[in-house]
Amino acid sequence: MKQVVEVHNLGKNYGSLQAVDGISLAIEQGEIFSLLGPNGAGKTTVIEILAGFRSRSSGDVRVLDFDPGSKGREGRLWRDRLGTVLQSTQDAGDLTVAETIDHFSGYYSNPRRPADVISAVGLDEKAKSLVRTLSGGQRRRLDVALGIIGNPELLFLDEPTTGFDPEARRAFWDLIKSLRDSGTTILLTTHYLDEAEALADRVAVINHGKIIEVATPAELGGRATSLARVSWDEAGYTHEEETSNPTALVAKLSAQFNGEVPELRVTRASLEDIYLEMIGKIHE
Amino acid sequence: MNKVPSALALGIRRGGLEIRQFARQRESVVFTMLFPIILLAIFGSVFKNTIGPNVTFSQYFVAGMIASGLVNTGFQQLAIIIPMEREFGTLKRLRGTPMPASSYFIGKSILVAVSMAIQVALLLAAGVIFFGVHLPTAPSKWLTFTWLIILGSATSTVLGIAFSAIIKSGRGASAVVSPVVIVLQFFSGVFFVFTSLPGWMQQVAAIFPLKWMTQGIRSVFLPDSFATQEAARSWESGKTFAIILAWLVIGLFFAIRKFKWERE
Repeated sequence: MKQVVEVHNLGKNYGSLQAVDGISLAIEQGEIFSLLGPNGAGKTTVIEILAGFRSRSSGDVRVLDFDPGSKGREGRLWRDRLGTVLQSTQDAGDLTVAETIDHFSGYYSNPRRPADVISAVGLDEKAKSLVRTLSGGQRRRLDVALGIIGNPELLFLDEPTTGFDPEARRAFWDLIKSLRDSGTTILLTTHYLDEAEALADRVAVINHGKIIEVATPAELGGRATSLARVSWDEAGYTHEEETSNPTALVAKLSAQFNGEVPELRVTRASLEDIYLEMIGKIHE
Repeated sequence: MNKVPSALALGIRRGGLEIRQFARQRESVVFTMLFPIILLAIFGSVFKNTIGPNVTFSQYFVAGMIASGLVNTGFQQLAIIIPMEREFGTLKRLRGTPMPASSYFIGKSILVAVSMAIQVALLLAAGVIFFGVHLPTAPSKWLTFTWLIILGSATSTVLGIAFSAIIKSGRGASAVVSPVVIVLQFFSGVFFVFTSLPGWMQQVAAIFPLKWMTQGIRSVFLPDSFATQEAARSWESGKTFAIILAWLVIGLFFAIRKFKWERE
């Protein structure tokens, strides 16, 4: 698979603050890659360096075979292939949604059709409304529309669903998946676990400017092989046992109780448990 | 290979968009277009005297109003609105697109030029109809007027963009820019007859382009006989052109070098 983003030992410091501390990662064509971490972990700094908004202090970066830190005319051709949705804008908004999207489409060599993009982000009913009359979530959808209007090969999304209601988030996830299915590579930062789990092909957990682990959501933190916890009531007490083989334990219990096991529960660590453990570890 | 639209074509598109956005801010349209006329009405009513043969104060003042229109629509407007666009993230969003900074500048220049043209037309119409202002008839005067307006609005535009780089916050922009403009207007002989100002004030004003724009526009609207009453006993057309051009070059240099898409 072709690597769309390659990062080696990326560092960024603001004075004495080390915001990004030696990050390396590679993103393959056509995948959704998520940077997951708490606020202040360095996610935004990383995505803004990759999108050419910020300079780096050290390390090597290639994005679509281009160094985002380089200056000059090549940058325009590079941006023509990129979409960026960074953290929120508060435009004065004296244009309508359709006018704004139509105007931005003129910046690109091979844009999507504005009407298609408006539908894709679910703003059909707001197409003729002034941007300043939109709600926060609608504005965010407009941000996304402007990020994808240029038909990008690579899309950067920095906390795209902040301020969305649950329904809008689901719709947004479907949109992102459909973009991936049409071949767009996507780098997404989020502090929502369920978002990373629902969307990402691979997740990098990041905290204090370092990557703690890169894995598929299912394998993160050894989740696939983690022990299951089986609990049940026996003689007035709750018993608990951790096992790599819960089915056998349940069968044994069932035989012992001669059928139904009182208050039987089998649980595995949720992504959230694992994530919190990872983030917590680094604090110690 | 992908072929992105040219910077000029995008600049023209942006100009159209800027005008459309501006036209929708009704308060600011009315203010920009009517304020010079209101000032002309006030000063024209207060100062009824003549300041030379066949030169009413209104005639003198209309030149000042046009020149300060150049400063207001270009320098002042841009030095206030660009920091706001920076603060709102409008500029950051544009930076993520293949649109180059030069297209953004071209768009702003078009906005300034168009609003300046409308403002001048309204001001002159009001001057002629209500305040007895005489328009020049000689084509050479209109030629001078044309290059002054084009050069003046270009200079004012680039200086506004350059100045916007040193303004930290969008909300504070107006408080920083407006006093600068008002002081400059007083020093440059917009509100008073320039030669009646203290000598040191005249000398300070001569450093900045507004004094030269004002004097240049007086050379269009005042009879040539009045030239002897100017500070240098002449219209100094060549010097006017050179000094405004110098400011255009300085402004362009800093506008390009210091322009910021984002707050630090």
